[in-house]
Amino acid sequence: MAMAQKLQHNVTIKGTKDGLVLLLDDLCSFEHLVEELNDKLSDDHGQLLNGPLISVIVKTGNRYLTDQQSGLIREIIGQKKNLEIKRFETNVITVAEAEEMKKEAQIMRVSKVVRSGQVLSVQGDLLLIGDVNPGGTIMATGNIFVLGSLKGIAHSGSSGNREAVIAASVMKPTQLRIADMINRAPDHYPEHGHEMECAFISDEEDQILIDRISIVHKIRPELNRL
Amino acid sequence: MGEAIVITSGKGGVGKTTTSANIGTSLALSGKKVCLVDTDIGLRNLDVLMGLENRIIYDLVDVVEERCKLHQALIKDKRFECLFLLPAAQTKDKSSVQPEQMKKIISELKQDYDYVIIDCPAGIEQGFKNAVAGADKSIVVTNPEISSVRDADRIIGLLEQEEMEAPKLIVNRVRNHLAKSGDMLDVDEIVSILAIELIGVVVDDENVIKAANKGEPIAMSPNSKASIAYRNIARRILGESVPLSTIEEEKGFFSKIKTLLGMR
Repeated sequence: MAMAQKLQHNVTIKGTKDGLVLLLDDLCSFEHLVEELNDKLSDDHGQLLNGPLISVIVKTGNRYLTDQQSGLIREIIGQKKNLEIKRFETNVITVAEAEEMKKEAQIMRVSKVVRSGQVLSVQGDLLLIGDVNPGGTIMATGNIFVLGSLKGIAHSGSSGNREAVIAASVMKPTQLRIADMINRAPDHYPEHGHEMECAFISDEEDQILIDRISIVHKIRPELNRL
Repeated sequence: MGEAIVITSGKGGVGKTTTSANIGTSLALSGKKVCLVDTDIGLRNLDVLMGLENRIIYDLVDVVEERCKLHQALIKDKRFECLFLLPAAQTKDKSSVQPEQMKKIISELKQDYDYVIIDCPAGIEQGFKNAVAGADKSIVVTNPEISSVRDADRIIGLLEQEEMEAPKLIVNRVRNHLAKSGDMLDVDEIVSILAIELIGVVVDDENVIKAANKGEPIAMSPNSKASIAYRNIARRILGESVPLSTIEEEKGFFSKIKTLLGMR
């Protein structure tokens, strides 16, 4: 009986105004957790588990869930047709994930000329000190900043971040790509201008626009990291 | 122990072979012991430009496949005691030689010669890899046209991956009147794109073609502008600091007056 009592506390269901929060104890074994989750969800809670669609946040505390384990929990919760997992919240990540996050957040500094046929691809932001010649390509999962002239192809937000920008001292690219969007250069560049410009996806027009670098802080305030 | 310099360009027809022949000849004129190596297997030309075609008995592939000794395949120049040519084979193709074998031959030649000038074939495939394998330095030849500059850029990128000094640049076939009128890329523009050190500018000179057809490198005739340019390049290779003669110098007296008066 004491065992059964303890089991009761491994899974706590809380209601908030945004939906349900499922608190999963992080000290018991995973088997106990699964067992209790099954029990709790199969109990009749009246309209709570049978009513309209409710979003669920699963909080796992200091327990690390493998993909297989979180899949199992997803499956159990998914048995209730009106429950929809919004997200998992956890206090812990693996070292590999942490390193990945660090890479995404860092600015890679590279000093070279990216020549025709060369591809420079980085994770996170790219700060290139040098030119990108025609036929050269630079890619970054974050933003791209070129201290030099950009005459080749630049692809920022290459893993899908549409908020990413491309800035260059001299902006004369053959092509600009941000996330899944491509913008070709005009067939002829006028002689002057194109200095210190920045490209971004405009939400209103849903295409890549180029503007003076000084307006970027208005369009992408999240670039600041103070 | 000499040094091996590869002459390359990426694009064909920009004047690699002409440049090789003339730099080799100019270095020989300065009394250096020089060996020219043609690596354009299957499409050899260097022997023709040097007027040595009829003396070929063995070639590069014969050396690689050990049908002869290296010194047996070397052809002594008609004009200089200190200039030799290792011709390419005409009946084989580029794949009959491997980069390691090239390396061995070049390092063997470096023992005996002050300069080994390697004439590279066009392209970035096997032939290029072979030519670059044994080289210590490289010279990239380009013409003042976009396609040639683009290819030179590609080649410089590939050369930077090799363990050798940063390549030097020769802009070949510059036509003064076109560059002045802005209808052609000018030398400064090319240097700013390629971002490597300029070692020479050679003007377009019909005497080069005439000389080539006679099997006599232009560097032998002292009066042509191209010849002077090639000799100057050779002097820069030898370490002398020779100022680059710019196109500006050739402006006449009247055009200078016009510039002063703001008429151009």
